[in-house]
Amino acid sequence: MLIKVPQKNTPAPSEIASETEYQNRRSFIRSMGFVGASALLGGTACAQENPPETRSLGPLLKSQYSTNQTENSYTDITQYNNFYEFGTSKEDPYENSGQFQPMPWSVRIEGAADITGDFSYEDIIQSHALEERIYRMRCVEAWSMVIPWVGIPLGDILKRFKPTSNAKYVSFETVYRPSEMPGQRRPILDWPYREGLTIEEAMHPLTILAVGIFDKSLPNQNGAPLRLVVPWKYGFKSIKSINKIGFTETPPATTWNDAGPNEYGFYANVNPEVDHPRWSQARERRIGGSLFDAKQPTLMFNGYADEVASLYSGLDLQRNF
Amino acid sequence: MTLAPGKQQIRFIIKPMVFVLAILPLTLLCLRVLGIYGATLGPNPIETVQDYLGIWGLRFILISLSITPAAWLIKKPWPIRLRRMLGLFAFTYCSLHFLAWLVLDQSLDISAIISDVIKRPFITLGTLALLLLIPLAVTSTKGWQKRLGARWTNLHRLVYPAAVLICWHYYWQVKLDTIDALLYCAVLAVLLGVRLWKRKRL
Ligand code: HEM
Repeated sequence: MLIKVPQKNTPAPSEIASETEYQNRRSFIRSMGFVGASALLGGTACAQENPPETRSLGPLLKSQYSTNQTENSYTDITQYNNFYEFGTSKEDPYENSGQFQPMPWSVRIEGAADITGDFSYEDIIQSHALEERIYRMRCVEAWSMVIPWVGIPLGDILKRFKPTSNAKYVSFETVYRPSEMPGQRRPILDWPYREGLTIEEAMHPLTILAVGIFDKSLPNQNGAPLRLVVPWKYGFKSIKSINKIGFTETPPATTWNDAGPNEYGFYANVNPEVDHPRWSQARERRIGGSLFDAKQPTLMFNGYADEVASLYSGLDLQRNF
Repeated sequence: MTLAPGKQQIRFIIKPMVFVLAILPLTLLCLRVLGIYGATLGPNPIETVQDYLGIWGLRFILISLSITPAAWLIKKPWPIRLRRMLGLFAFTYCSLHFLAWLVLDQSLDISAIISDVIKRPFITLGTLALLLLIPLAVTSTKGWQKRLGARWTNLHRLVYPAAVLICWHYYWQVKLDTIDALLYCAVLAVLLGVRLWKRKRL
């Protein structure tokens, strides 16, 4: 089935002008080096002026996999992000993602499966019930959050495409739209962003395709409209704004592994005993704390060892980091 | 402004002005810590404080290092009179950056601190840089300057290796996007380069 994707809405010229002016003002403030001064105006100058609408997602199923740890605030989750497609600082995704148009959206399914082709966002998710999954998220930079995702078990979706016995891995790709994603205009990573899982990891019930946070559709800076969430792996595995999913026989190339093979492995399982070459992974900073909160110990597989450790029995995790 | 202010002008106008400007970043940070005017430290306050103090430490090192070339440029010695104060501000911001790491980030966990200083090369570099800066801050007074005589100048050349270590420290802790760190390295390269060039020509 091939679905023709209509032209994206283009913003009115007046909107473009005000956005440019706003960006200029920001970069002027930045270039003056008055980091503090611009932050002082926080809430006015720093705020995204026209946050794109998020839709309410309706009734959600609860899940046994949700943690009962305290959720981070909506502000923390939507204003402290790593999404290099919109810039490399933590504020960039919030500030620079206003031009991104997630809808309409389509995903190309390819490779070792009986059913392949282009499918709309609605085709992908419509026949599934949405679940709330409150997960811990551990970044490779040693900070963490608790995020109430809304999503669908990835395995339930993948099965509909009838992967063949050759499907040993699943590859994912982020959309490449430098006109809407300013970070992609610099070759800081080898765009488009690519990630991959083994088929067992992809089919694991903890792995979800997320479409929202806090019972609302995903904001652009969190990976609208569709993203992966693999809670026992470092955050960079949970690829955002996915528009391609492939079934492969060999391990797919992944962006961070290509960028730094001795720092970022294919598995990237959260593991307090395997340090990043430049920093320790033994402890993590929980976002949203005060100036005087101590770090907390990082747990094996981010605390999901009971569910996922068996996936890796017999694998040397020191070498396959 | 005339390019050669008198002693009194420097003492009562220029120095206080520079002092106020130099303490401004710290004041702004305090406002954010206290949440005044709705200013905040954001979702990761400890990282914000530590990075902010570190970058201002580096900026003041570079500002201090530009004083001598500035004096050469305008062929007047008076900017040199601002150098000690700016150097001490550099030391203050660097020390506060280190203290933020020690107290806020590491919560004074001695074993974690020692292991990081030994095991993480970028932290080792930062520590070495700070150790090099301590004798410079201590001997910055007129008394020490007199006592050490010609050796004072030699001792204070330690700021060059310290600055190199700091830039390296900054560059090494960046995850991927090193462009900002490289810009600071380039500024340092120019500031050290003009000194070499000047020496060759003498
Ligand atoms: C001697 C003067 C020093 C200067 C000028 C300096 C400067 C800097 C700068 C510019 C950064 C990067 C901030 C950013 O990412 O925006 C940084 C990061 C860092 N510095 Fe220093 N540093 C110094 C000494 C030290 C010392 C003595 C330590 C600890 C022993 C240290 C620990 C750190 C750590 C842990 C980071 C990373 C912070 C993070 O992950 O965000 N620094 N420093």
